[in-house]
Amino acid sequence: MSTHTAPGPTTRPPVPPAGPPRSAPRAGRPGTRPHRRRGAWTSKAVVNGVLALFALYTLMPLTWLLVASTKDHGDLAGTGGFTFADFNLLANLGALFRQGDGVFARWLLNSVLYFGVGCLASTLVSTAVGFAFDKYDFRYKEKLFGLVLLGVLVPSAVLVLPQYLLASEAGLDNTYWSVLVPLLVNPFGVYLARVFSEGYVPDEVVEAARMDGAGEWRVFRSVGLPMLAPGFVTLFLFTFTASWNNFVLPLYMLSDDRLYPVTLGLAIWSKSSQQNPEFAMLTIVGSLISVVPLVIAFVCLQRFWRSGLTAGAVK
Amino acid sequence: MTVPAPPLVRRPAPLARRRAAAAYIVPFFVLFTLVMVVPIGYAVWTSLFREESSGLGFGGTETVFAGLGNYADALADPALRAAFLHIVGYVVLYVPLMTCAALLLALLLDSAAARAKRLFQLALFLPYTVPTVIAAIIWAYLYSPSLSPVMDWFDALGVTVDFFSAPMAVPSVVNIVTWHYVGYNMVILYAALQAIPRETLEAATMDGAGAIRTALSIKVPHIRSALVLSLLFTCVGAIQLFNEPYMLTVQSEGVNRDWSPVMFVHKAAFVDHRPGLAAAAALLITLLAGALSFAVTKLGNRWKAA
Repeated sequence: MSTHTAPGPTTRPPVPPAGPPRSAPRAGRPGTRPHRRRGAWTSKAVVNGVLALFALYTLMPLTWLLVASTKDHGDLAGTGGFTFADFNLLANLGALFRQGDGVFARWLLNSVLYFGVGCLASTLVSTAVGFAFDKYDFRYKEKLFGLVLLGVLVPSAVLVLPQYLLASEAGLDNTYWSVLVPLLVNPFGVYLARVFSEGYVPDEVVEAARMDGAGEWRVFRSVGLPMLAPGFVTLFLFTFTASWNNFVLPLYMLSDDRLYPVTLGLAIWSKSSQQNPEFAMLTIVGSLISVVPLVIAFVCLQRFWRSGLTAGAVK
Repeated sequence: MTVPAPPLVRRPAPLARRRAAAAYIVPFFVLFTLVMVVPIGYAVWTSLFREESSGLGFGGTETVFAGLGNYADALADPALRAAFLHIVGYVVLYVPLMTCAALLLALLLDSAAARAKRLFQLALFLPYTVPTVIAAIIWAYLYSPSLSPVMDWFDALGVTVDFFSAPMAVPSVVNIVTWHYVGYNMVILYAALQAIPRETLEAATMDGAGAIRTALSIKVPHIRSALVLSLLFTCVGAIQLFNEPYMLTVQSEGVNRDWSPVMFVHKAAFVDHRPGLAAAAALLITLLAGALSFAVTKLGNRWKAA
């Protein structure tokens, strides 16, 4: 966009075009005008063209998933990837939820438990601990915080092995707790929560609440937590994505398919579809059903990830 | 405490506060110990023992002390070495690709010529909302010659690519991970670009710098710390690579069950039933990951300061 074309709602002063005419952006001399406009047009086309190309790349697999979910097994291989065939989505959904006595619905509920309730609890724990590290003084505070930072360095995918060995020794593997308890401890979450608490909650406000006679719990619940709300949502999104991508944890811990989250269930269906092709259709429709709520949630929470996911980076 | 307060309010506070701090900190560290410290200690213990079939013909196994034998076995195991080499190949391809793509997208989105910025940002970020396992499932279909529209496009171009062949193992994995994370990294870098003071950019424009020049000599240096952060996450993530190659093992000829170090641990524990070897390998990976994060942070700090 050059200064000559109608300026859109930008937050920044217009920057000269990135197009080929290197000589053009020499203040608006009348003779160079048509040349400049053409340059601006090319640069706009190039910039938006490249962005569109990448958007095509990111959207293509999801579009394929959507189209494939509406086909029956024959049309899946027999028709083009992006052309609709007979509309079979409802029949596919029926088959999906009937498979194995409705085990898929159970996986969805388990996922809500692990990744919804579990992550909410985990975020609350991290926020309270981060708040305590920021606003209280206690013995060995910085040493303990150093321990937390050390915990950040331990790769979670590797830690799962000893967690599993220990849980199986204690007979606690293959339970809901074996997945939920490890999710509760999130060292990186504690680190971020301390940063947020330093940034969002001024010490004076905490002091003022105490002067007004608020107890310590009340200070956290009615003063700290509301001021930390944006950080809380960001942290929840972080914890959420980290935990649903922590596929290794349920893979190690769970052997009863009624305890699976949807990711593990679909992975196993997908692998068995090599021998039993009917599982291919179930896997595809199941993937769509699992992805749709996530996409909707992230579209609704744009405000938080657009700037929020970077809170750690800005620091 | 600097704020003057009547003694009645002030005196009980420290005890109440110490109690409150303990109420937050103590339960967390109990859990922390249970979930992190004890398992790591237990892994060290396990790594010192080896399962050996008792030579009495019962077919059972007994656990014998092996000292550092499992570590020696792990280090000497060609499969683990191959797994680390796969990660090296992966990093060599993935890190420059991801960094360049995310940076390019962020700069393009930040340029004045870009339209529909919010829409593009959303479209590019969308794959990040898909669980990596499901991303790998979708791409495995898109790689499969019998189903994939992508393969048809390659055919139309006259290019023959077999994503499931051995030489394509690393690129196949890199593509899935890039698809998943490029938008996320772009959002981090774009937000950092937005935070550059506008006077700085105005000054560059006044001095006659074009858009490309401004991008390279003003914008990129300004977002170094965000670049370092995204590089750090990328490197730490690389050593933990599991989900994407694990999902490709069935179809791909190039991805075996111990293709990555974390897959090696999983196979040693669940297929070979050698918990000692698995624990030793897990601890070696943890040490390496820790050293790597440390090195990247140090290097990043030096670069940031420069």
